Amino acid sequence: MKKKIIFLTLLFLTIVSHSISLEKNNKLENKISKNLRCLVCQGQSVYDSQSDFAISMKILIKNKINKGESEKEIYEFFRTQYGDWILYEPNLNKNTIFLWIFPIILFIFGGYLIFRNFFKK
Amino acid sequence: MKKKIIFFCVFLSFLFIFFIFFKSIYNKNYYTPQEFTKNYINFEAKELFTKKDFNSNQLFLDEKITIINIWASWCIPCLQEHKYLMNLKNNNNINLIGLNYKDKENNAKKFIYKNGNPYDLILTDNEGIISIELGAFGVPETFIIQNKKIIKKYIGPLNQQNIIEIKNIITK
Repeated sequence: MKKKIIFLTLLFLTIVSHSISLEKNNKLENKISKNLRCLVCQGQSVYDSQSDFAISMKILIKNKINKGESEKEIYEFFRTQYGDWILYEPNLNKNTIFLWIFPIILFIFGGYLIFRNFFKK
Repeated sequence: MKKKIIFFCVFLSFLFIFFIFFKSIYNKNYYTPQEFTKNYINFEAKELFTKKDFNSNQLFLDEKITIINIWASWCIPCLQEHKYLMNLKNNNNINLIGLNYKDKENNAKKFIYKNGNPYDLILTDNEGIISIELGAFGVPETFIIQNKKIIKKYIGPLNQQNIIEIKNIITK
């Protein structure tokens, strides 16, 4: 009887831990595929798209996660292979600096305009 | 005076935007990395006819230039470039590998029997993963590999010009 209980609890624990890790992997897979652009589609992420390209990407992402590669490594792999364009959030470098700085400049300039008008009145 | 300045600013920004759009008309939409990837290509695939497993390390011999051509029987442009590939067939300095992309086995075989086999080896890529690892967008696409690194890549069907270029690379 005791043996049976131990066996059952062990079985239960393994199933639970397995499903938890599966879910974690699934979440990570979805997160990564949402952050990658489907390059052959019009304005869709890999997650949204059902094109051949995106389907293969999703399988590859899954394989890479199962191999134990980190999120960063996976992004880096796709970046070296397809360029910054594939990332929805590209790294800050000399090609993308304008992209990152411009909204801040606009924001500050807009703020300046509002303040000026406010104090004028 | 103020109106003039505003007008000038608006005009300048329009000009700036126009210039950016005008410049990007001639930009190709595809990204081809200038410095090709430093990570070695590493994959495993089954052969089409014999079903034997191949590892990429076996395929990329250091001395020889390897050309990987991604094709499928359902892809019309692939048929277009087929004659150019047949042209490369008898070259001993290259190792021409066909990567059969998301295809049905029978259709792929039929395609080869009907149009001739330019490849030294045909690998299958049913899930399309290997193509992605190589950095491909779809079919047809051709990669030239030397020392396990991609040195050139052609997106879309090959033409006469490309074949001349490839031959130049080989004889170098």
